[in-house]
Amino acid sequence: MSLWLTQLLDRGVEQSDWLTPMREQAQTQLRAKSLPNRQTEDYRYLPLAKLNRLQLAPANHSDFTPDPLPGVETLDLVFVNGKLITPVADLEPGLSVCPLQDADESMQGVFNQVKPERHFFGLVNDLLANGGVAIDVADNCVITKPIRLVHWQDGGEAHCRHLIRIGEHAALNVIEQHLGTDQASFNTHFCEYQLADHARLTHQRFAMQTGLAANFGGCHFNLANHSQLNSTVVGFGSDLARLDVDINHTGEHGHALQNAIYLLGEKELFDLHTNVEHRKPNGVTEQNVRGIVGDKGKAVFNGRIHIHRYAQKTLAELNNRNLLLTRNAEVYTKPELEIYADDVRCAHGATVAELDNKALYYLQSRGVSETDARVMLNFGFINELIEQIQLEPVAHWLQATLKDRFSSLRHQVAEA
Amino acid sequence: MSNENLLSVQGLHASVENKTILKGLSLSVKPGEVHAIMGPNGAGKSTLGYVLSGREGYDVSGGQALLQGQDLLQLDIEERARAGLFLAFQYPVEIPGVSNLEFLKAAVDAQRAANDQPALSSKEFLKLAREACKQVNLPAEFLKRGVNEGFSGGEKKRNEIMQMLLLQPKLCILDESDSGLDIDALKVVADGVNSMRDSDRAFIVVTHYQRLLDYIKPDYVHVLSDGAIVKSGDASLALELESQGYAWLEERKAQDPAEMHQEVTK
Repeated sequence: MSLWLTQLLDRGVEQSDWLTPMREQAQTQLRAKSLPNRQTEDYRYLPLAKLNRLQLAPANHSDFTPDPLPGVETLDLVFVNGKLITPVADLEPGLSVCPLQDADESMQGVFNQVKPERHFFGLVNDLLANGGVAIDVADNCVITKPIRLVHWQDGGEAHCRHLIRIGEHAALNVIEQHLGTDQASFNTHFCEYQLADHARLTHQRFAMQTGLAANFGGCHFNLANHSQLNSTVVGFGSDLARLDVDINHTGEHGHALQNAIYLLGEKELFDLHTNVEHRKPNGVTEQNVRGIVGDKGKAVFNGRIHIHRYAQKTLAELNNRNLLLTRNAEVYTKPELEIYADDVRCAHGATVAELDNKALYYLQSRGVSETDARVMLNFGFINELIEQIQLEPVAHWLQATLKDRFSSLRHQVAEA
Repeated sequence: MSNENLLSVQGLHASVENKTILKGLSLSVKPGEVHAIMGPNGAGKSTLGYVLSGREGYDVSGGQALLQGQDLLQLDIEERARAGLFLAFQYPVEIPGVSNLEFLKAAVDAQRAANDQPALSSKEFLKLAREACKQVNLPAEFLKRGVNEGFSGGEKKRNEIMQMLLLQPKLCILDESDSGLDIDALKVVADGVNSMRDSDRAFIVVTHYQRLLDYIKPDYVHVLSDGAIVKSGDASLALELESQGYAWLEERKAQDPAEMHQEVTK
């Protein structure tokens, strides 16, 4: 057993509240496991041994004010080093928000109903989560203002668990934002989303905590009959970053659009695993995952779509495309389709490619320099997914943010 | 009209994937002139535009091409554009994710920088771009869309003409800008070209059909066959070609290729 894991388990179960039985259960499960290593298929590209050497920076700050998203009013819930600093009240009619510890019995029922057991760091989060919120949207309530969960960290550990339930015919927009300094820190942030029949969720996770932060997280969605998910995940990568996404079609006629973008430089690593379960007929899933990797960055994508025997008439598409800017940049991609139904339409594909020469020539033939043309084409490649974000101001903000980050890779674009 | 050539191509030889396409093509264009180039499929009509604009994979093995005395073949693709060369593509490329507006602004900014002019503000540029849209009958919302993304054939061709209007090049090569167009779209393309005709600018119009030349009156018509210009004349040559086709080329070649070559070099 690794030193890190031993120390973690030695801490014991720290608090006493409704989560205590779950913590104890997670502790038992983790005792039976060892830290995943290169022989563990799901973690083979993730150098988890680094955890044993992790020297956490002190968590100095207890306050943080996030920049607003221009053009859109958001309901902000701010977590600084794992602690909720925003006063919580019922923000809008039909929308109930409370700290995780205060979740009522019915919201407690969402815990681990969406997140599968198999995620190692999900279990770690079960054990350590001491912050988070429970959000409940009543049936037929359409909440137009996005809820923004801002996580800011400058050191130490932070472990949040958010439980979100959206009632029948209700709608919600959630923006998970992960920010912080480049200092060494450790966090596990997991979200469980339970959608009822005809519920609609617009979801964004902007995992932008870089540097020496060790980021482990998950976004897990249960879709019921006719529920709709539009999700966009953005990863900047860090010394150690892993995100697990699960989409479960537990009802018929669910519709999931899931896009993911990663933009990596320096020695950043981003490891994205997605798993889609079609358990019922007539579900639709479209996943587009695109990344640009420069410097000595490393991207890992593993996308699995599992179509169960009775999930006839499923439509599922999974597509992963990558652009590498340097010879030292790495991408490991593995799309997987497992189909046990015989009347489905599915496609998957993965490419690691260079820019389209025809497009490059076209731009240059109008006087645009080769470097500028490459920058435009590279950015255009991910911009296609940004444009699918439902709220225009959010898309604009993300465009500006990614352009800013992309400008630091500009010199490599010219040489690629 | 000036007596100086705007474009001077002499004995141009070029190949693609080791296949020689241009075999000693010569052509002189003066400012203010419109030259039409016609000819059978595979003669090298599109290749001429690609070679002059600098497309990768087109190897020049002989001859020269000067634009206002400047050796085009020594310049990078973007430098040729900034020197005043414009190629309206037969098949404009779709670039999703890059907005038409962003692309056009980058092109105009680059052009202006090359001419030591200050960059336009976003507002100034948007005004210009909207006017250009209007002139080619494209709704202004096309500026927001990805470059040529999902445009119909006609919209793509009009987008090419819009770029030409914004960039104000000295030499415009239109590569089958009439193909796939209905009469209305054809008129829009022709109007765009005619609005830009002046004593300083020249056009090379590559086309299969005389129809476009009803709207854009050429000063000269050339027949390009097997990589060289084999016959030149005035606008009436296009009508002649329309009625006769190109079978006569084969006959002449069979009779006396040497004589044909002499006639051209005269």
